[in-house]
Order: sequence, then C-alpha cells, then structure tokens
Amino acid sequence: MADATLQHDAAVGHGLAGAYEAPLFGAYSKKVGMWLFLASDSLTFGALLFAFSYNRISNPAWPTPFAVESITNATIMTACLLSSSLTMVLGVLAARRGDRAWTRNWLLGTMAFGTAFIVLHGLEWTHLIDKGMTPFANPWAPSVPQFGGTFFTLTGMHMLHVTIGVIYLGVIAFRKWFLPVLAAIWIAGYFLIPADNVFHYGIHALGIGLIVSAIILFLKPKVYDAHDVEVSGLYWHFVDLVWMFIFPLVYLMSTKI
Amino acid sequence: MATPATIHAHAPQGFIRKYIFSLDHKVIGMQYFFLALTAVFVGMFLSLLMRIHMVWPAAVLPLVGEIKPETYLSLLTMHGTIMVFFVLTTAPQGGFGNYFLPIQIGAPDMAFPVLNMLSFWTTFVAFVVIIAAFFVTGGAPLHGWTGYPPLSAVQSAGPGEGLGADLWITSIAIFCIASLMGALNFITTTLDLRAKGMSLMRMPLTVWSWFITAILGLLAFGVLLSAGILLLMDRNLGTSFYVPLIVVNGQVLGHKGGSPLLWQHLFWFFGHPEVYIAILPGMGVTSQILSTFSRKPIFGYKAMVYAMLSIGLFGFMVWGHHMFMSGMSPYSAFAFSILTMCIGVPSAIKTFNWLGTMHKGRIRFQTPMLYAIGFVSLFVSGGLSGPFLAQPVLDIQLHDTYFVVGHFHLIMGVAAIFGIFAATYYWFPKMFGRMMNETLGRIHFFITLAGTYAIFMPMHYLGMAGQTRRYSQFTEVAYQAKLIPLQTFITYAAIITISAQLIFVINLFWSMFKGPKASDNPWQSTTLEWTTATPPPHDNFGGVTPVVNHGPYEYAVPGAPRDYVMQTDPVSASAH
Repeated sequence: MADATLQHDAAVGHGLAGAYEAPLFGAYSKKVGMWLFLASDSLTFGALLFAFSYNRISNPAWPTPFAVESITNATIMTACLLSSSLTMVLGVLAARRGDRAWTRNWLLGTMAFGTAFIVLHGLEWTHLIDKGMTPFANPWAPSVPQFGGTFFTLTGMHMLHVTIGVIYLGVIAFRKWFLPVLAAIWIAGYFLIPADNVFHYGIHALGIGLIVSAIILFLKPKVYDAHDVEVSGLYWHFVDLVWMFIFPLVYLMSTKI
Repeated sequence: MATPATIHAHAPQGFIRKYIFSLDHKVIGMQYFFLALTAVFVGMFLSLLMRIHMVWPAAVLPLVGEIKPETYLSLLTMHGTIMVFFVLTTAPQGGFGNYFLPIQIGAPDMAFPVLNMLSFWTTFVAFVVIIAAFFVTGGAPLHGWTGYPPLSAVQSAGPGEGLGADLWITSIAIFCIASLMGALNFITTTLDLRAKGMSLMRMPLTVWSWFITAILGLLAFGVLLSAGILLLMDRNLGTSFYVPLIVVNGQVLGHKGGSPLLWQHLFWFFGHPEVYIAILPGMGVTSQILSTFSRKPIFGYKAMVYAMLSIGLFGFMVWGHHMFMSGMSPYSAFAFSILTMCIGVPSAIKTFNWLGTMHKGRIRFQTPMLYAIGFVSLFVSGGLSGPFLAQPVLDIQLHDTYFVVGHFHLIMGVAAIFGIFAATYYWFPKMFGRMMNETLGRIHFFITLAGTYAIFMPMHYLGMAGQTRRYSQFTEVAYQAKLIPLQTFITYAAIITISAQLIFVINLFWSMFKGPKASDNPWQSTTLEWTTATPPPHDNFGGVTPVVNHGPYEYAVPGAPRDYVMQTDPVSASAH
C-alpha cells in the first residue's frame, strides 16, 4: 500500500483534496513521522541529560577541568554545527525551488561542517583519553567517576547522531554514488587511525551505515525530492539543538576557573 | 488515487512475502497476536511453577526438577517481563491495533508499511533474546521485572546476574526500539490516513485508545532505552551511574558514587505510562463492545475521549508513587500522591459511562460482551485498591506485600487480559472468517472470572497481614507460616484457572478451521471494519476508500430503518 500512501502524500503536499481527511497538522506522513521520531529521541536524550544532572548534583566534588584549549575547541565545534544549520536551510530552500545543483552543494557543505565537528570532537576525545579520562575514571576527581561516564555517554550518543546525519544527508544528496565514498572513508579510517585509539573500532559505525544505506537504496531506488530534503533537515536541526544543551551543560559548566 | 487494478497487483503472491515478511498490516497484526499467544503461555507456565513451589517447596517437578530459591527469583523476573512486554504491550496494541486501526479509519494500510514489518521482527528478536536468558550459564536474572540496581547492575551479585541479565537488558532495549517504531507508525496513520468524513470525533474509541497508547509509548520507551543503555554500561564498562561503593560477596567493587535511585526515576518514568499502555486498548475495546452489545450509543463519547487523554497525561506525572519507600522528601510524596489520586477521576468517569451505556440497553450476553463486563468488574475491583497505595502513609505499610501483587494483577494484568479476550472473541470472525463457539466461550469466561477473583482477592488479605512478595518460601517466619493455607487455596485456584485456558486454545484453533462461516457483520456493529469483506481484502476495502457519514456508535437511532446505522451509510439513513 506504499503506493497509495505516496500518492496520498503527493496529494497532500500539493494541497489537493484526496479521498482522505486533511492531515491534522497539514503535514505529509514522512514529515509527521520525523517529528514523532524527534519527539521520542528528545526523551532519550532527555533521560541522559537527567542522568547527567542527577549525578552532577549528587556529587559536590564534580571536577571542572576544561581549560581554554578544550573550550576553544568546543566553541569551534559549536560554530561548525551552527553554520551547518545555515547551509541546511539554504539546501532546503534550493530543493524547494527545484534547484538540484545547489541543493547538492549546500548539502555537501552541511556534511563538511558535520564531518569537521566529528573530527574535532574525535581529537578532543583522544586528547582527554590520553590524559587518563575514561568512562569509569578521571585524573581530576577520582571519587567522581560519573564525570567521565556522563561525558562519554552524552557526547558519544550525540556524535553517533551526527554521524548518522552525515550519512543520511549523503544518501539524500548523492544516492548510490555516496556509497563508494563512504566505503573509502571507512577503510581508510580503519587503517589510518592507530590501533590504540578508540576510533580505530568506532569507525566501524560507518561500515554499519554503509550496509544500511545500501539496503535502503536497493529497496527504494528513487530520486529524493524536496520533501525528503526537508525531512532530513528536520533531523539535522534537531541534532544541532541537542548540542546546544550538551555544550553548556557538559563543557561550559565544567570550565577551569 | 491508485486504481483497484494497481492495488491488487501490489498484493504479494509468494509464501514468504505473504505470510512471513509481509507488509500487510493485517498479517503483521496476526503475527503480533500469535507471538503474544506464545508468550502468554510461557508466562503462565512460569507462574504455575512459582505457585507450586510456594506451597510445596520440596516438590520435584517433571521437566524442571526441584526449584531452588534463586530459581524462584528467575521465574518471577521472567514471568513479569514476558507478561508486561510481550503480552500486555504486544497483543492489544501490536496485535489488534495493527490489524484494526487502519481498517477502522478507512486506510488501505499503515502510513509506513516497511517500518511496520520491521517493528514486528524487531519485537520477535527481542523475544528470542529474552528466552535465550533461560539457557545461558547461571540462568535467567533475579532482579524482578523492575530490574533495580545494584542487584541488576553487578555481574557477581547472583547466579542469573551474568550473561542472563545482559540478555534481559538487551532484549528490553531491542523491545524499546520496536515499540518506538510501532508507536510512530500508529500516530502518523491516525493523523494522516483517515478516510473522508472520519473526523477525530467520529473515530471509534478503540482508535482513540490505540492512538493515545501510541503517544504514551513514543514518549516512554525512549527513556527506558536510555536507562537500559546506562545499565548495560554499568554492567560491562565499569561506569557508576547506578552503583555506589559496594561490597559484594566480601569484595569491594570498583564502582563509586552512583545512585540506585537514578534507575528508579528513569524506570518508573517509563514504568507508570507502561501500565496505561497495557490497559488503555482494553478500555477502548470494552467501550466498543459494550455499545455494540447493549444496542445503545456509548454514554458520553467525548467524556470518554477526554478521560483517556487525561489518564495519559497524568500517567507521566505520577512515577514517584512507586518510590515512596525510597526516602523521598515527604513534600514530593505528597505531590505524587495527590496527582495519583487525580487519576481516579477520569477512571471513574469511564466506569460510570460504561455503566450508563449498559443502563436500559437491550443487552446481548454473547461472549465478547461477557468479557467486556468482566473487564469493567476487574477494573473496578483492582482500581479501588489504587487509592490505598497512592497514599504514602498506607503504602509504607503495604509496600512489597501481596496487597500490591493483588492490586496490579487485577487491574493491569488480568483486566488487560480480559480486554484481549474480549477483542479476540469480538474480532475473531473478521480476522479468520469463522465464528467462535459460544458455549465454550461462556464456560471459559465464567471459570476465568471466578478463578481470577479466587486468586487475587485473597492476596489483598495476605498483604494486609504482612506477607511479603518475592519470597520463595514462608516456612521460616512464624507469622508468615500461618498464612500458608490461604496460599495453598490460591495455588489450587491458579491451577484450575490456568487449565481452563486450554478451553480458549481449543476454541480458538478449532473455530479457526471448523467454526461456522461468519457473515460480514455478525454482531450488527457500525464501525468500518464491518463494512468490508470477511476476511478483508489485501487493501482492506477492495480498491475504494470509504466515505464516513456517521459517528461510530449510532445504535437505536429513532426513525432509522435498522437499530444501527453503519458509519458509511448515506446521510439520509438517520432521521436527524
């Protein structure tokens, strides 16, 4: 019945009266679906943020180790994400006016900013791990292992979301031509990242992403339209928004004074 | 719109695409139904073992041998988890919701058919994973379905807390993802795929109940997913979210500074809405059946809708009433207590509306109606003990006693099961094209109703007398040993009631193949599923989209040619 659903969506998208009641929020199914996913995902992140706040309040000896390098780095990361939101908006606008070339360009820009965010964050993780910070220990406050635990859980979950976002945008913008690029980055990353680095194994997330994208593209080999770009934009903005909670809570409130 | 030809061409022909990896919401609904049926027998078998062990601790049983105290804990954990997740969440929502929500709103399928298939198969994987916990070294976990740390968060805490507990949490996490996919699909379908004329206030109350249940699921399961991930990290990565500095088996573990209460907050933020996820679809089905078999419109349709919405809303604000014993501030306890008792208001509205629906109706006492009345009875009996437990002063006395066990089994367990039975007897003709046997249905109903009260009513007295739950034996403490005769009575009642479920199984499978053929509308009901063929064609309505002209429960309309007006009947069919 996917056909009927698609035609229904097309009718709704173009404001035509179909055989159905008008959708309650005037939105086509995919958009409603994405909004609902984001609602549940915000509860998932909300639970992690609650766990962070709960631990932080119940441990008065919470360390505040982030010196100027860390904060600068995180600020640049924030700038990357904020800029990526701008390019995403421009991409959605280009898609809406039917400009395929610029849609692709702006999405590529968004992916570049997202990738920069991941790389900077990966370097930051590596740096902190080198200093002795792990999910169960940290050098600044040995009695508060929750500092590392909450940090790596929250930022790790967010980094996973950004990674999924970049792959998602890549599939929307380039479809099957994105797969070899993804495969190349995956294999190159695996060999270039030293074996004692956590991302030597973490890079396999790209492999899983490659398999999932390949299956989706195989099952539904279609050209993505302006609606798909808009829906991917919703996801991307949400991931940005989550970072706007994580950055002040995790970084700014643990600044070295 | 798609023409009938293209839609029929869409119907898959091969066995695997038609029955295994089907995209058809009706097939997926049946898959959920049979998964829940399998799960409920596993869960019932476990409860039978528990009951036998409690009364005859030394008994050597065939198949399982002698039950040790830790095995008893495994049994209660797996009984609770399987029943709550794979029966009470899966059957009413995944099973009947999947099958009938699209048909009742006039849609050809769910909004996202592939996602629908994925959510079933993800649930299936979760079920396989949790069953696997029985067979690994150490066996199934001991920590109860609530999984409180530190017991659940420390690998060395007990025999089942190794790989078994990891599988348990993994299964829960997979189940969360499956439920999120399902909930998203249900909400989108209800918002976007209602047929012309099916305005929100013309939706059957069943659709409202599935819709509200889906909203609760969407918001609750994401939190449990996070909580489960943190628990897995505590167990396997050495983090200390839930575990304080602790000594287990004489050894100081590496954890420090964590809070077991964090889990309780996260778990019950999910856990309380989960109670309503189990019971709301039963409320919807009961409303539908009471109206149909009383031949009267539902009493207070809008009040029913708003009552369900407010029950859903309150459900998210009362999780603290599970934690009165955790040392919470009396001020918080007071707030949680007041909010909890507020839920009594919409619940009472629903109960009185059900009674009002039956009042002066021309009631047809067929099996679905019996089960719907049984649902109301259990809902009242189980609900009345709610205000006791909602008050901290009483809850501190009754916490972790059999009073609680009796309360939640009546209202969340068996009432929801009665909703499932009512739905099965009511929709069986539409799903399988044949009628179920009335006589067997009635025998099954009366034994089950009497048995349920015989099992769970005495538990309230046991609880008030101070009998603690989750103890495998009561012989060690003098005052508890005095209560063993009542426990023995409960065990006999349980054996009879569980045996009586075989009547249902025989009726189900015999009728599936040998029952008399069902007409398109055997109950003379009004909603859209009864306007289409039995069983419904692949696209539900044979290539047309129905147009809805009437509300869902127009029975006994003055001046109408029949005593019921179908939702699709032309406008002139009713006098007003």
